[in-house]
Amino acid sequence: MAESASSIPRWMALAILFAAASALPVGGLSAQDGDNLGQVTYDRWCAGCHGVDGTGDGDGAGYMLPRPRDFTQALYQIRTTASGDLPTDEDILNVINVGMPGTTMPGWEDLLSDNEREALVHYLKTFSRFFSPDEVPQPLDFGRATRSNADVLAEGERLFREVADCAACHGEEGRGDGESAPTLTDDERDLPIRAADLTESWLFNGGGDVEDIHRRLLTGLDGTPMPSLADVITAGVITDEQLWAIAHYVRSLSPDDPPGITEVVRGVLFEGVPLPASVSDEVWDGIEAAYLPLVGQIIVMPRWFDPRVDGVWVQAAHDGEAVAVRVSWSDPNNSPDPLWADWKSQVIALMQPKESDPQDEGATPDQLMVQFPMQMPEGMERPFFLRGDNRRPVYLWQWQSDRDSALEGEARGMGTEAFQSQGQDLTVDVSHADGQWQIMFTRPLVTEDEGDLDFVTGEAIPMALFAWDGDNGESGTRGSVSSWYYLFLEDPTPATVYVAPALAMMLTAALGFLVVGRAQKREREGGEVVGETANT
Amino acid sequence: MSDRFELRGVVAPTLMLLVMAGCGGGDGGGASGGGGAGSGSAVENPVDAATAGNIAGSIVFEGDAPSMATIDMSSESVCAAKHASTPMAPEVVVNGNGTLANVFVYVKEGLESLQFPTPGAVLLDQDGCTYLPHVLGVMTGQDITIRNSDGLLHNINASPSEQRGFNSSQPVNMETTRAFGTAEIMVPLRCDVHGWMNAYIGVVAHPYHSVSNGTGAFSLSTLPPGEYVIEAWHERYGTQTQTVTVTTGQTADVTFTFSASMAQNAVVPLGAPVDLHHAVTETS
Repeated sequence: MAESASSIPRWMALAILFAAASALPVGGLSAQDGDNLGQVTYDRWCAGCHGVDGTGDGDGAGYMLPRPRDFTQALYQIRTTASGDLPTDEDILNVINVGMPGTTMPGWEDLLSDNEREALVHYLKTFSRFFSPDEVPQPLDFGRATRSNADVLAEGERLFREVADCAACHGEEGRGDGESAPTLTDDERDLPIRAADLTESWLFNGGGDVEDIHRRLLTGLDGTPMPSLADVITAGVITDEQLWAIAHYVRSLSPDDPPGITEVVRGVLFEGVPLPASVSDEVWDGIEAAYLPLVGQIIVMPRWFDPRVDGVWVQAAHDGEAVAVRVSWSDPNNSPDPLWADWKSQVIALMQPKESDPQDEGATPDQLMVQFPMQMPEGMERPFFLRGDNRRPVYLWQWQSDRDSALEGEARGMGTEAFQSQGQDLTVDVSHADGQWQIMFTRPLVTEDEGDLDFVTGEAIPMALFAWDGDNGESGTRGSVSSWYYLFLEDPTPATVYVAPALAMMLTAALGFLVVGRAQKREREGGEVVGETANT
Repeated sequence: MSDRFELRGVVAPTLMLLVMAGCGGGDGGGASGGGGAGSGSAVENPVDAATAGNIAGSIVFEGDAPSMATIDMSSESVCAAKHASTPMAPEVVVNGNGTLANVFVYVKEGLESLQFPTPGAVLLDQDGCTYLPHVLGVMTGQDITIRNSDGLLHNINASPSEQRGFNSSQPVNMETTRAFGTAEIMVPLRCDVHGWMNAYIGVVAHPYHSVSNGTGAFSLSTLPPGEYVIEAWHERYGTQTQTVTVTTGQTADVTFTFSASMAQNAVVPLGAPVDLHHAVTETS
């Protein structure tokens, strides 16, 4: 389940990994060398990021934020032990197995053998003087999860906001936009670290189940600003049951199931009903949202390995005359925001791909771009997903946070974007609240402008999205991209389509009544016999 | 009882002097000799007030006091209201008399063979979104009562290098007790919720430590007579040592001088909050 959603960021992680690994001498290393299996496996697969000496300074480290773990400090985020205590062997193995979903650390369960991963656990421990064979870390007793219900969630929400004040960092709605979020740093290197977006449980390090969340609350995430709440219970401020309530509430901030990857965004037909009037129109709540994962742009130079936007929710509707598309995504602030200026300059200074040092270009806004082919493709031939090329140009909708309007434009490759200065057919309505952008675009299906794609119904229209968080140092080629998806605007339905199912339903219902009626009649007549039979 | 006690008071300093002499007073002499001297059982309360002496002195600051960053507490009105004037970063606090506050002074060498009883708990308060005190000394194993007097969320994130740390949430007025088992100069503490809040705890294996105060003064009282290496530590200006001889009934006067030009000496412990990017602005 979670695999489907996290597999996209993982390919990026692996791309980085292999880029780093390719710099290492490859050759006679065999992972069968008995005694030093841990070292051989580590040098082959881990050192590219974590460094041969375990300090987290491998060749790939400069492309990663958060930086790879420095094993010499033995600060392990995901543990079953008390804050500050060392992890158990199983804790370390679990992270090797499943990775750290919000980061570039992939899971190795399917890539390395049991022996290799177990040997790695022991080898990792040798980097730190804190591990000792005499002191075996003891896991805490986490008890059993309480049951959740509306009262528990309400209590959890109250504690989240008013007592534990999780919102100080994670924000009122949990999107990682709390007041302290811009100044958070890790303990190992004092580098910027994000407060987790609690609406994306499928990306939680250590797992997204309520039990996982409860563990993180009790153990804290060592090396990060996330503290343990164990002392809060010891001091009698909250009970263990209330800690479970917080865990249930945090879990409730994300969808029950991780979003699967959808190919198609369905544009619901509003027949005789007005389209949503604004970005926050309640009508949107009834329209299914498709989750489209985004990843950092790592094809065109300069590349970007620290994307803030890791996915967007897309909804669409049309009424036969115009199409409305709403895109929602987590972004802690409305860039440019002076409170995030230091964050931005640090991220830019830290993410230094060798081919081109990113420069701070001054105030940069948040941006969203929706891309369609300039013309509906025939067959499967779509433009190159990064702004097309000369042969197959693309048609663009572009919005940015420091401008009221949205622009239409076209491109024949990255950096060739040209936007119309007049004759705009696109309107936009925008909101930023509690760490979330919501953008509603509206455009007539058909325009008189030759550069605009005419939207057709009943066909899959290729669509791709790009997003930038300006205060995360993103602009130009440095941002998040998606591959091609499809927008499918429902066909106006011929009347017969409505009549036929209605007739079928009525027929079925009539048949049903007939059958049930007869059965009941039979039962009334021979009920006692049936009852006796059943009792024997 | 008192006889034995007195005997210890004499034996220990004598051993100490022998050790010092044997090693020519060089660096680390106390440590290497300490093992030999302490090969008998360590004594529990080795100090005799009748023969003890003291060290006292001050930390002089030379040059212009650097301007400190102001702290913007507008996001926490409860804390802002507790400060009569705009709070300043406590990194360099130069007193009105030209002395330097918040310097941790302790006996670095000379007490290795002795074992001291652990004193009672000390208080580290979080009041006005500030650690009080900003620099604190404790003995190994001594309880530190960490108090939240602000009634709003603080987290106490301790990042020592020589031992394991902790990161504990204090969302309301409450107390948490912690201790450090290994000597370490210094253990950095910070609050991630309030990026400007940090503190340093000096952990030493004996009770002879002091932090220079609002007049730059420090004192190490009731030391067994002997020769000691005294270290003064400041978070921006680094460390200095002096060798001091303590004699019975006397107070040895020691002055350390720090100057603005020593900023490059800063020995910031691993994991310490190098707080340059947080939401504070330099005043000029």
